[in-house]
Amino acid sequence: MITLDGLTKVFPAPDGGDPVVALDGIDLHVEPGRIHGIVGRSGAGKSTLIRCLTGLEKPTRGRVEVGGTDIASLEGAALRAARRNIGMVFQHANLLDSRTAAQNIGHPLEIAGASRAQREQRVAELVELVGLQGRERNHPAQLSGGQIQRVGIARGLAAEPKVLLCDEPTSALDPSTTRQILRLIRDLRERLGITVVIITHEMSVVREICDDVTLLENGRITQSGSLLEVAADPHGPLSAELIPLPPVPTGIDATVINCDYGDSETLRTSEDLVRLAEQHAAEATIVAGTIETIGGRQVGRVQLALRPIGAEAASGIGREQLAQLLGELEDRGVVAREVVA
Amino acid sequence: MSEWLSNPVFTTWGSNTSLWSNALITLYMTFATMAFTVLVGVPLGLLLFETERSRTPWVRWVNRVVGFVVNVGRSFPFIILIIALMPVTRVIVGRVTGPNAAIFALTVAAVPFLARLIEINLREIPAGKIEAVQMMGASRAQLIRQVLLPEALPGIVGSITTTTIATIGYTAMAGVVGGKGLGDLANRMGYQSYDNVVMVATVVLLIAIVIGVQALGSQIARVVDHRARS
Ligand SMILES: Nc1ncnc2c1ncn2[C@@H]1O[C@H](COP(=O)(O)OP(=O)(O)O)[C@@H](O)[C@H]1O
Ligand SMILES: [Mg+2]
Repeated sequence: MITLDGLTKVFPAPDGGDPVVALDGIDLHVEPGRIHGIVGRSGAGKSTLIRCLTGLEKPTRGRVEVGGTDIASLEGAALRAARRNIGMVFQHANLLDSRTAAQNIGHPLEIAGASRAQREQRVAELVELVGLQGRERNHPAQLSGGQIQRVGIARGLAAEPKVLLCDEPTSALDPSTTRQILRLIRDLRERLGITVVIITHEMSVVREICDDVTLLENGRITQSGSLLEVAADPHGPLSAELIPLPPVPTGIDATVINCDYGDSETLRTSEDLVRLAEQHAAEATIVAGTIETIGGRQVGRVQLALRPIGAEAASGIGREQLAQLLGELEDRGVVAREVVA
Repeated sequence: MSEWLSNPVFTTWGSNTSLWSNALITLYMTFATMAFTVLVGVPLGLLLFETERSRTPWVRWVNRVVGFVVNVGRSFPFIILIIALMPVTRVIVGRVTGPNAAIFALTVAAVPFLARLIEINLREIPAGKIEAVQMMGASRAQLIRQVLLPEALPGIVGSITTTTIATIGYTAMAGVVGGKGLGDLANRMGYQSYDNVVMVATVVLLIAIVIGVQALGSQIARVVDHRARS
């Protein structure tokens, strides 16, 4: 549905400085009906990427294809027509204050030249779809943050686009409203089969609704794939953020190691991990950790406390034993290291 | 008190010295000027705003030239402008004295003033709102009618109010070209003929008119303003 091919965007030097390379050779493919997250720090180029997708920025080099149309090559009326196939949702919704909720939702249809009757019918459908019944005649100033974003989403969907682009749609919302809005976006994908690109700096958003995720750093893609692939790759930069690290333990008189697993055939569950550890120390206990099942596969980031056999006093295991265990874990694709409290 | 009220300035009607007739002339000059000024000044403000954003070289030149003309128009002292405009006024209005000649000069003075204020009103619209509608595939005309003017409307009403009040002030000077009106009355009867009653009466009436215009403008702005009150 979306294909980016060597997309590069260079902004001219701001008075005398070096030109800013906001996007540097981005190759990306988004399949129809997927929810694709694009994550990255502030300044990574996320907004520039989405602006290239809508033709608001012209790429310096490369191809931008949305729904089979080469957006970057279009101008004038053809570009305006192509934009009507793309819905857009913004961080602060960008609703017009001069319009009521219903008038904002129907705005894309007004621009496309739909009749008043068509517009009213479609707006009524959309109001119901996003759960805004009774708020149609309110202006944005009379709505809550969550309601404003619902209007923004309904407006994005009004012209029945094939693609919905969301730039930080929940960053201005509180956690519970964020969950409601994310659930709404996921529901809409199920019901309408729409392709969604969602830009965010919050990993919780990715964990909650994305099928695929791409990490952008300094204008380049540093990791991209399905949520499972990315989360299960303990060496990749995203897994640490998707599956948070357990806190460093206090008051445990044992040797403590952190283990990240998920992409190994010989070590598939936390039980496998404990069993292996017990071959090297009498007692291995999971003291903290996050275990998630993504796509039917277990991905974990756990902390093991290790104690020698029959130890009377509290103590850890020997250095030699520990080195052996860490070596064996590494052979099985587990990223493991000792934690010093 | 009754002595004051028997002053011909209050009791006559239709004469050169009547407070009421001159007040009507002031109102006529002000509102006729504002009608022309809004008709020309709002599009000019839009032109300044739209050409400012362009990256096309010739459009940027249009912006610079129009901006320069507007600045020159605004920096002329009004009294000099009236005199400098006389040859043009003669061609367009047919004569260089009287209220209609004054309306022409007043309009020339007010248009650049309003145009700059309108440009500032338009700049206050957050860029994201304009882009959001551009992304819906809006044409330039749709953008102007559906976003720029409605979103800036509360500010535009304020700018028109401010320009109206400035114009009321300028009508006083229009007396110089025989424009008549309250300012001229105060000058002729009050200042030059030492009639303090006329002086005070015209000033009080001018203040009342200004307060009335401001109250009306503020009320309209409130009605059309749907932004959150902060
Ligand atoms: N119009 C512009 N002119 C110059 N530099 C820009 C412009 N837009 C963005 N940039 C620069 O491009 C980089 C990426 O910005 P952006 O895409 O907004 O990042 P993000 O959305 O990930 O925070 C930043 O260094 C930013 O300063
Ligand atoms: Mg951004």
